[in-house]
Amino acid sequence: MLTRLANPGFFMRVSGLALAPLAAAAALLFALGLYLAFFASPADYQQGETVRIMYIHVPAAWLALFFYSIMAVSALGTLVWRHPLADVSQRAAAPIGAAFTLVCLVTGSLWGKPMWGTYWVWDARLTSVLVLFLMYCGVLALWRAVDDPGRAARAVAVLTLVGAVNIPIVKYSVEWWSTLHQGPSVFRMGGPTIDPSMLRPLLVMALAFTLFGTALHLAGMRTEILRRRVRSLTLLQAERLERAAA
Amino acid sequence: MMRVFAALVRRDLAIAVRVGGAGGLGLVFFLMVVTLIPFALGPDLNLLSRIGPAVLWIAGVLATLIGLDRLFQADEEDGSLDLMRLSPAPLELVVLAKCVAHWLATGLPLALASPLFGLLVALEPAALGRTALSLLIGTPALAFTGAVGAALAASIRRGGLLIAILVVPLMVPVLIFGVAAADPANAGRDQALTILLALTLASGAVAAIGAAAALRGGGQ
Amino acid sequence: MQLEADRLTCHRAGRRVLTDVSFALGPGEALAVTGRNGAGKSTLIGIVAGLIRADAGSVRATGTGERTLPESLHLVAHRDALKASLTAAENLAFAAALLGSAALAPDDALRRVGLPGAGALPVGYLSAGQRRRVALARLLVARRPLWLLDEPMTALDAAAQDLLGGIMAEHLAGGGLILAATHAPLPLDGTRELRLGAP
Repeated sequence: MLTRLANPGFFMRVSGLALAPLAAAAALLFALGLYLAFFASPADYQQGETVRIMYIHVPAAWLALFFYSIMAVSALGTLVWRHPLADVSQRAAAPIGAAFTLVCLVTGSLWGKPMWGTYWVWDARLTSVLVLFLMYCGVLALWRAVDDPGRAARAVAVLTLVGAVNIPIVKYSVEWWSTLHQGPSVFRMGGPTIDPSMLRPLLVMALAFTLFGTALHLAGMRTEILRRRVRSLTLLQAERLERAAA
Repeated sequence: MMRVFAALVRRDLAIAVRVGGAGGLGLVFFLMVVTLIPFALGPDLNLLSRIGPAVLWIAGVLATLIGLDRLFQADEEDGSLDLMRLSPAPLELVVLAKCVAHWLATGLPLALASPLFGLLVALEPAALGRTALSLLIGTPALAFTGAVGAALAASIRRGGLLIAILVVPLMVPVLIFGVAAADPANAGRDQALTILLALTLASGAVAAIGAAAALRGGGQ
Repeated sequence: MQLEADRLTCHRAGRRVLTDVSFALGPGEALAVTGRNGAGKSTLIGIVAGLIRADAGSVRATGTGERTLPESLHLVAHRDALKASLTAAENLAFAAALLGSAALAPDDALRRVGLPGAGALPVGYLSAGQRRRVALARLLVARRPLWLLDEPMTALDAAAQDLLGGIMAEHLAGGGLILAATHAPLPLDGTRELRLGAP
């Protein structure tokens, strides 16, 4: 099953069929989630209306990590099974993951303005996400720096896996650094003490984001497959030039 | 003359957009340097806010250095520079055009993005504006100064680090007046800005003549 | 125009590559510079192009009007001066703007070298022989009387060599000059030969 699905032609057919329902489901869940988040949930007694930013911020943070995991798994697929679809999946996941990381950073700093009085605080969590963003930037830069997609995929796979090993180390060092300096981080978002009236919209939004991200990933993979076809067609065109001239 | 200038700028920008090298990388590197400093200093916002303009300027200088090694080297390696030496347009004009294109692809995005990165070091709105303005006026001087080093190292393999060593001392005045112009608490900030502008214009002239001389000598 | 080289001598990296080389070239003439590897063929081309300084001797051009010698010549050398990320037409349009005195449009020049329809393709996608022909098409997008060609036939197949022969013959018929460093005989009739490094 997996090997059949892993054939690019078959993948194009199946993903073409799956894309529209997936996107529709994501849109419906977004409608529900945004309604719950903005109208059907209470404001926080401490943070006021700004708590609603959390319904975007937390799912974005979750997807930032989710897409790095997708990249890491695909990287294994590239290195161990040398599968072309794994390359494609890696490549498509990188910009989407970077975008969600950026959304997480931006919403985090927008939330920080009324809370901390400044757009940015070197809080352990935000700072870890910033480092994650920089790692995504490195992956994107490496993709662009190597012309041949196959060679680029192997290089990026190594970088991604090395990064995956380092992520926990980075996270704990940043936390240690932050406590060392007794950073101003007193607010905790999320946590198990969250009220069910807030948990429900959060879960719906998280699911909506996940479906949306998956739809984006599928669309990105399709685009990447088409981009590779354009590349080989252009190479073919250059070859034909030769035959026409001869 | 203007046709050659426009053709050079257009070509270098097209290559920068398609290859995606220096511009985006410069921005990411800029962000990395700005991120590193609080890790070393600690997340004290008052301290960061005070040294913020200096942090942004140092990050700007370092980010400028990154793309410089390929400024003339790429054209030297593939023979394009020989083509430019055969043009009726003087080499000085070629150098200016390449510097302008390089600045548009690297320095300008950096100056425009600097207010965003200024938030990371807790700059006040006034300081954000002044820093962006000083970078906008000062980064061309960095590109021009760097171009002389890039021209000298054009025909040297692994010239990248060499360029940094050659040009960083020459960038000191720009850094001094850039940071002075960026600090809203500095009483002489407007004078500093004027001097910065003068430095940019002067370094443009020096770079055109110096880099062209270096490239002529390098033809051997 | 008239080109005259007088007793050129040149050292490179402490080694003498050219000793007292003299030649003259007039309108409609082609000179093939031959010799073993390292005989100084490329150095001679570089000296005429003004890219390398000779230690002794001189190169004089007369009849170039207001233009200097470097502004009156085309150079197609080993390094093809093409950018892989730009299309063939963009590369040629840039060369035309840089060199001045525009002649054929890029697409017409590409048709002449047997690459019709290659204009929209990035040069990075082309084979070595095709890149060579794009570089040779540069000769046609700007009008310059002296053509300096360093191994112009490298990577060209028989058909492409014939095309190049036709283009060179046409240039000579129009009063042009050709100085070519080459191993293989040029696809041209009546070429004089300058043998370098001969005892």
